[in-house]
Order: sequence, then C-alpha cells, then structure tokens
Amino acid sequence: MAQLEEVTVDLYKHLVSERALTGETMLLNMGPQHPSTHGVLRLLLELDGEVVVNCIPDVGFLHTGIEKNMEAKTYQKAEVMTDRLDYMNTMGNNLAYVMAVEKLVDLDVPPRAQALRVILVELQRIASHLVWLGTSGLDLAAMSMFLYCFREREQILDIFELVSGQRMMTTYIRPGGVWRDVPVEFEKAVRDFIKIFPKRIDEYERLLTKNPLFIDRMVDIGYLSKETALSYGVTGPTLRASGVDWDLRKTRPYMGYEQYDFDVPVLTEGDTYARYLVRIEELRQTLRIVEQALNKLPMGPVRSDNRKYVPPPRSEIGLSMEALIHHFKLWTEGFLAPNASVYSAVESPRGELGVLLEGDGGPKPRRVHMRTPSFDNLAVLPELVKGHLVADLVAILASIDIVLGDIDR
Amino acid sequence: MTDWTIWVEWVVKGFILCMILLTGFAYLTLYERRALARIQVRVGPNRAGPQGLLQPIADAVKLIFKEELTPGKVYKVVFLLAPVLTVVPSLVLAAVIPLGDKFMLFGREITLYVADLNVGVLYLMSIASIAVYGIVLAGWSSNNKYAMLGGIRSSAQMISYELSLGLCFVIAIILGNSMNLNEIVDAQRDMWFAVIQPAGALVFMVVTLAEVNRAPFDMPEAEQELTAGYHAEYSGMKFALFFMAEYQKMIVICMIAATLFFGGYREFWFLKDTFFSVDSVWTIGSWQFKAWFLGPIYMLLKVIVLLFFMIWIRATWPRIRYDRLMAFGWKVLLPLCLVLAFITAVGILLFDLLGNPMLIWGVPVLSMLCILVVVAFIYRDLRRKSHGRV
Repeated sequence: MAQLEEVTVDLYKHLVSERALTGETMLLNMGPQHPSTHGVLRLLLELDGEVVVNCIPDVGFLHTGIEKNMEAKTYQKAEVMTDRLDYMNTMGNNLAYVMAVEKLVDLDVPPRAQALRVILVELQRIASHLVWLGTSGLDLAAMSMFLYCFREREQILDIFELVSGQRMMTTYIRPGGVWRDVPVEFEKAVRDFIKIFPKRIDEYERLLTKNPLFIDRMVDIGYLSKETALSYGVTGPTLRASGVDWDLRKTRPYMGYEQYDFDVPVLTEGDTYARYLVRIEELRQTLRIVEQALNKLPMGPVRSDNRKYVPPPRSEIGLSMEALIHHFKLWTEGFLAPNASVYSAVESPRGELGVLLEGDGGPKPRRVHMRTPSFDNLAVLPELVKGHLVADLVAILASIDIVLGDIDR
Repeated sequence: MTDWTIWVEWVVKGFILCMILLTGFAYLTLYERRALARIQVRVGPNRAGPQGLLQPIADAVKLIFKEELTPGKVYKVVFLLAPVLTVVPSLVLAAVIPLGDKFMLFGREITLYVADLNVGVLYLMSIASIAVYGIVLAGWSSNNKYAMLGGIRSSAQMISYELSLGLCFVIAIILGNSMNLNEIVDAQRDMWFAVIQPAGALVFMVVTLAEVNRAPFDMPEAEQELTAGYHAEYSGMKFALFFMAEYQKMIVICMIAATLFFGGYREFWFLKDTFFSVDSVWTIGSWQFKAWFLGPIYMLLKVIVLLFFMIWIRATWPRIRYDRLMAFGWKVLLPLCLVLAFITAVGILLFDLLGNPMLIWGVPVLSMLCILVVVAFIYRDLRRKSHGRV
C-alpha cells in the first residue's frame, strides 16, 4: 500500500494566520466531500477551538469547461450546455443565454413567448428557492423541511416535464421564442400550484420563522454590510438582504417584467436571518408574477417568424421548399452572427446572471463568458464567517445559496 | 432455596433483558424510520417483509458483512475498545429498572428486574456517565479532526447535562422518598410524579435528549457540521455498535423516564382499583391469577409513546448551536432544576408538617409557573436579539 503523503501546514502558510504555523490553531479541511458544502466545494478552515479564524474557499472541483465547449458549438446547440451550468436554474440560464443571442442577431420575441418565458423562469425561481430552503433547513438539521420543499418542487418539475419533456435539463427557451407552445394542461397545472403554494409557504414559516432554535441559529450570524456586499459584487437576495434595492427585473426590465406588479423585498439587517426572510418573501412575490403572467397570457405564435434564425414549424417543411432549406441550414450550419460582442443579464435566483457573447461572423461564438452569481457571492464568504463557529459557517454558506455548477462552470 | 437457582435466575433474566434491548433497538430503528417517513410525507422502508418488519434484519446483515476498515493511523486498542465501552453501559443500564410486578413461577417468586438496588437511581447516574468514555475515546483514537471535535463536544455536553439530569433524579427521589426504583414506582400508585411535578418531567425529557445525543442536541455527530462526528472513521459492525448504543440508550432512558415520572409499569393512577390495574386479580372460570403481565405491556406502551416524542422532535426542530447548548444547560436548565427540586422538597416538607393536601398541589402550580417564566425570558431574549423582527 502506498504511503500517503502528509499534507503540511507549509503548503498553506501564505493563506493562514501565523498562529496556525505554531500549531495554536487547527487547520480543518471541509469538503470537497462534505454534506453541507452544497456540492464539491472545499473550504480550508483555520479553527481556534470551533471558532473560524480563516476560511479559504477552494473551487474548481466541478470544472466542466462549459464556456470553452460552447465555443465549439453553433449558437443553438451551445444552449444545451447552459442547462448544466446552474442546475437549479436551468430555465433562467437558457433565458440569459438566449437573450444574449437575440441581442447579438437582433431577434424579436413574440409576446406570448415572452410571457411563457416569464412564467417558467419564475417557477424555476420558486423551485430554486425551495431547494435552498430545504437544504438550508437540512443544514440546521431541520430535516423535514427538505422533504416538504421537495414535495412542492416536484410539482414545478412536473410542469417543466409537461412543457418540455424534461424535468431539469429543459432547453425549452430557444432563440426567438420557446421550443413549442405549451400543452392545454399547462394552465391548469400552474393554477393548481398557485392555489396550493401560499398555504405551503405559511407552513414552512410556521416550522422555521419563529422557531426559537432557528432564530438562535440565524440572527446576527454572518453580517454582510452594504459596502462589503457592493465591493465584492454580491448580487441577488444576498445583496438585497444587506439593504441594496437592486433587482434586474425592476431596475433593467427585460421580457416585459415592467408590466407585472410585484415588490422587491429589501431588508437592511444583512444577517443570515435577513437573507432567509428576503427569500421567503421572494417566494410570495414570484408567485404573484406567475399569476399575473398567466392571467394575461396572450395568444399568438411562440416563435419569431424570422426564418434566418428560427427554424420553421414542422408542418411547413412538407409544403415549402424554403422552409426545408431553412431547416436544413439552421440545423447543420447554424445561423451566422455578426462580429460583435454583447452582454445581457437576468436576475437568477442567486443574483445577476450575465452572459457575454462574442460573435465572429460565423455560426459559432468566439467567446462565451458567464458572469455567474454564485461565484461572486461565494467570494464574500470568508468575510462573513470570521469569528463565527463551524456550525454558523454551515448556516452562512447555506444562506448565500451557492450552486457549484454555477461556480466552476 | 438453593444458592445456584438464584444465579440461574439472574443469568436468564439478564439474557432476556439483553434480548429485549437488542430487539428493541432493531425495531426502534424501523419505528423511527417509519414515523419520520410519515411525518415527512414519505413511505419509509416497507419492502422487507410486511410493513417492512424484516428491515432491521436486512440492515443487520448488511452491517455485519460490510468491510471493517481500520484507518492507518488510529490508536488501535482504543479504537477497538471504544464501541464496546459505549454499548455495554447502555445494556447494563436497564438492570435496575423494574419492568413489572413480581409473580410466582415454579413455586418461586420471580421479580421483573435483574437487580434490586437500594441506590438504583445512583446506579443509573453512574452507568449513564460511563458511556461518554466510549464516545470521547472513539473521537480521540480515530485520528480524525472531525471525530475529535465530536468527542470533545460530547464530553462537554454530557458533563454539563448530567448535573441537570441528577437534579431531575433528585426530584423523583424526594417524591418517592427512596432511591430504590421499585419503591419509586410503588409510590406512584396513587399519583404519577409527572402530575405532581410536571415541570420536572418536562425538564427530564429535555435533559435526556441531550444525554442520549438526540436531536436537537445531537452535537457529537452533527452530520451537517462534523459529517458524522465521533464515529466518522467507523464502519461495519463497529459502527453498528455505536448505533446500537445510541438507540438502546434511547429505549432505556425512556424506561427511566417512565419509571421516575410516569408510574413505571403501573397503570394510570385513576385506574388503580379497576380491572386494568397491575394489582388486580383476574378470574377466568375457576382460575384466579394476578394481572402481573399488564406491567410489561404498560411499560412498553409508555416507552413507545415517549420514544415517539423523541422522533417527533427530531423531525421538526433544527439543531441548537454548540455554545448555546452549553449556555442553555448551565444558565437555564441547571438553575431551573435547582428551583424545581427546591419547590418539590419544600412542598413535601410542608405537607408532612402541616398535613394539608392542598400544599402538594402548590408544587405543580409553582413549578409550571417557573417553566413559564423561563420560557418568557427565553422569548424576551430572542425578541431583543432579533431586533424586534420576531
């Protein structure tokens, strides 16, 4: 049996305090296999007893080369990669990428497709927040929360399966619209969810919000000041819990968000409990958006009729020579995008999800870069955990809601 | 009576008790999983046998055949000894607990406890404390930082909660006027101590949760923080022994709670002269016999109900933080237990001196008031801490 090499403090001495070198504090390796690092995140902790002195996040264990891979694919085919990015927010990733493509080639989206996109992305936001709520409950050992949240998430995934045939890797939102129109059962399924969900939120809140142990674990833990948050580029609910009213759906509306009436919850306390409250309130507001969008869901086409970029409907292919040619060209060569660079961003459940897309005149992007919220939010973690206990670290990590697929790309 | 028959009786009773605990442990895991599943809108294990009744056997087979890994740099002797040190106290703990009334068999009187100790309560205290050695040694010998943190946590936790546990025992001792568990049970013939001292019973249940490392006080294993805590490096049957110890301790501690506060093997106090009493004599035809067998049944029912509360709490409550756990133990529970013991003692003393039965009822009223005051203080503290957000 090969002798394992001892990992010594010397390897990390530029990262930890001097006390670690004398052995006064302990270095603890948390992850990449650890139940509460939400994936393959490795945290190198310097502990004084159980108090965290230093926390060094080590990312990259889930690096899959998504961005690079997308450069080798046509614009439509590269979209499949975005699903794998932040696997809790597949619809949102599709939307962010597709919006960038549409901006690059100047495509219009019909209103029905816009409304459908809003409904699905907001449902995805609920699903993502449910996973966050469940797992952060689980991290505090409130284990039933997890299963209650997944019960509702299941309903949303069923809706996704209804519209796209897939539960998670949907690729439903396509350049110029959506894949195809939703089936008739869609409206009833969403209405059922809208009806049942407010009661379920109350149920979650009854279990957690005023639970003394929960408050004890959450309040005044992991304080993030407004200035720190802004300087680290933190976005999303984590930023809004620190008192910055910044939600791209309000500040830079896209996909017709300006027509919906919803509030952006903002709290100023900046601790773990505030982040929890913001997300819980977002669940309610998101549901309002879904309801409004569903109520005024317009009829009409769900795909742009710009045949240079959007494949024609199946029915046309048998009748029209142009349609057949377009279909063939779009699925073999792809469409050509101008030599330009665009950036478009959406508000993902975790914050600003931006896509930088650079065309080179050909059918494949020259460069795709994702500005993923989890990555920037994770960067602020060491600031939050200093001086807290290991148990708090787990709560804080859960409260900034990272997805490792989003970080490592 | 010859001397050797006593030995035979002890051995048989001890063997049966161990079997009860071992089967109890196996089925407690199933019970917990099924109850948790029901609470969490799941089904739970229901494949092995009807209603999943063979699941414990399947689990045991799996654990026995699992490879036992001994990591390279552990302190081998201690590493192997620790599971044993944990499991043995949990088995011998039950020796003094009376499971039922005595009865006649083969012309000799059989008692339903292994040992009749004058200081049974003390025995419980001391044996319960030994179990912490196993956990600490497991954590230390594993040569794993997580395991060590778990071991350290558990020693601190158990030591501080044992004080409150001891004071809860004191309440029962004062009420029962004896340290012998049989006499404590007999003293509850007219009234359960849980009625005279409900606060004591409540605090006892909370403290026992900490004592057996159950949620929300499962610090040493705290899966989400310390992965598995002190047994992180154990696998196969050695792990099963820790598991066994924890669940057997749950059963035993519920037996103790039942014995000290819920009338032990006795029926509800208001059923004492009825058909359902342990002391009643049943007549079937011309055959008359004492209903001693009701004792174990009552005990079992009480244990099942108490265990359900433990499972229920685990399903619902988040885990308390380590430092808050210590603060709760030392700053809340210990003073509270002292006050409760004081109230009980004064109540009994005044009752003895003045003979006014109303004085006895002052004990539960005052104790519940104490609990309410404590709860109010905790809530005030939380409200203040949360800046009025709650």
